[in-house]
Amino acid sequence: MNRKIMKAVFYALNIVMAVIIIAPIVYCFNVSMMSLKEVFAGKFWPGQVMAENYVRAVQLAPFFTFIKNSLITSGIITIGQIITGALAAYAFSMMKFRGRNVLFLVMLSTMMIPSQAIIIANYLTICDWNLKNTYTALVLPNMATAFAVFNMRQAFLQLPMEIKEAADIDGCGNFRFFYEIALPLVRPSMGALGIYTFLQSWNYYLWPLLITDTVDMRTVQIGLGMLQGAEATDFRPVMAGSMIILVPSILAFVLGQKQLISGLTSGSVKG
Amino acid sequence: MKKKSFFRVVEPYLYLAPAMIFFALFLFWPFFKTIRLSFAMTTPLGEVASNVGISNYISIFTSQKFLNSLFVTFKYAIMTVIFSIAFGFILAIVSSEDIKGTNFFRTVFALPMAISAAAASVVFMFIFHSSMGILNKVLGTNIGWLTDPKYALIAVTLVTVWMNIGLNFIYVTAALQSVPMDLYESASLEGAGFFAKHRHITIPCISPTLFFLLIINVINAVQAYAQVKMMTQGGPANSTNVIVYEIYQEAFMNSRFGMACAESMVLFVILLVLTLVQFRLEKKVTY
Repeated sequence: MNRKIMKAVFYALNIVMAVIIIAPIVYCFNVSMMSLKEVFAGKFWPGQVMAENYVRAVQLAPFFTFIKNSLITSGIITIGQIITGALAAYAFSMMKFRGRNVLFLVMLSTMMIPSQAIIIANYLTICDWNLKNTYTALVLPNMATAFAVFNMRQAFLQLPMEIKEAADIDGCGNFRFFYEIALPLVRPSMGALGIYTFLQSWNYYLWPLLITDTVDMRTVQIGLGMLQGAEATDFRPVMAGSMIILVPSILAFVLGQKQLISGLTSGSVKG
Repeated sequence: MKKKSFFRVVEPYLYLAPAMIFFALFLFWPFFKTIRLSFAMTTPLGEVASNVGISNYISIFTSQKFLNSLFVTFKYAIMTVIFSIAFGFILAIVSSEDIKGTNFFRTVFALPMAISAAAASVVFMFIFHSSMGILNKVLGTNIGWLTDPKYALIAVTLVTVWMNIGLNFIYVTAALQSVPMDLYESASLEGAGFFAKHRHITIPCISPTLFFLLIINVINAVQAYAQVKMMTQGGPANSTNVIVYEIYQEAFMNSRFGMACAESMVLFVILLVLTLVQFRLEKKVTY
């Protein structure tokens, strides 16, 4: 009997917590469906389903352009980080060479330099190169991270060394082994890294804010801020805009949740 | 034959080259450039106009505004960290009980992780709105959450905590799975209740993870920017002017890149100390 009560209590607690956490997102969706009257009345649920605010959001700011820019940028960054990460990780885990430890330390040291602290210098570099308002500028500083290298290295290290030895004996070249055997084997790790990187870069804020100042190069996150600036009194189109940019991240999260979580928590702390 | 062995020698470096080139251009080079500029007076285009020694550092450490931003960052970090970890912990405990629908609840609890700071900010700006916002309506208050210097930092903290819950929840949940079940069983036999069990078994067992989360949360909090830019622009009366926003203002509103770089170096040193602590810790707790 006691156990049953405990279970009921926990069930209730879970529901309450879930409601609290999800409430801001539900509320955002609700407001995006409301009429102005309902907003002023302070309603939580909308009285109808309507697309009016979405239409307004798209009219006020070129959301499709923002989405295109964000998709291109995040896509290139994700692929870029997987390529640079996998290549470097392969060298660190499968090859022996001079200076391996030193170079590994160099890689490690990049984690000590936070992006926010060097963002001014990077901004000045991009300006020097006349790259402001280009996709190149949006992706360049984010094409390689130590996180991606470590993540891929972890995956390669879990492959049995015998495969590599057998390939060496058969005279299979390194690149062929890397491309045709090692990469397909670590596909789950690549997937997890890809989802994580995509989510991260979809959500970038400061860098795109600094190096783009034309409307047609803005990304979704900055575009949302513009929308908010354009509509000081009516929040409904802004909420509609938020929903537009939230849906891709929520989808990516729900679909890749399992891999994402195991990728994040493996190889870090146990205990 | 000789040619092939030469290729064998160079080959590993070719694999490393792409990543290393990006690191060199966009991490190490800007890092040294930041140090260089922090000792210089700059033109509005960010070129060195003259060397000024440590005078930028003297100016920032005697500037009321910068010292205030350090203090604001400190307050913000402490509040964010405490509540983020506490909520992550509670959620992990609650969802680790053996009940139906655990998977669903876990997805919901981790979900804020995917939400961008920009989207979270605009949603909460409306929730916090002094006349139309639902928060004042629910509480029956009339607080200017984002316009009153007493509450603005709390409001920004609330949003950040909400965004952080997912990550903290995930790590605590993972840690809970490594706590040996028989400890709980023997505690139950001795008649320990729910709270006693968690206080005397769970918290000590997962303390390395909690400490790891402490550092991670502080590192993230110290680098916070988007929430502040979107919600308060550092105001009212600089009450939410965290260090990264202060740097942004110096560089991109006042065009004082030298000063901004000196402030960036202070940020770097703070984060360096925290990262070193974190590395040490990771070595200790990975078994």
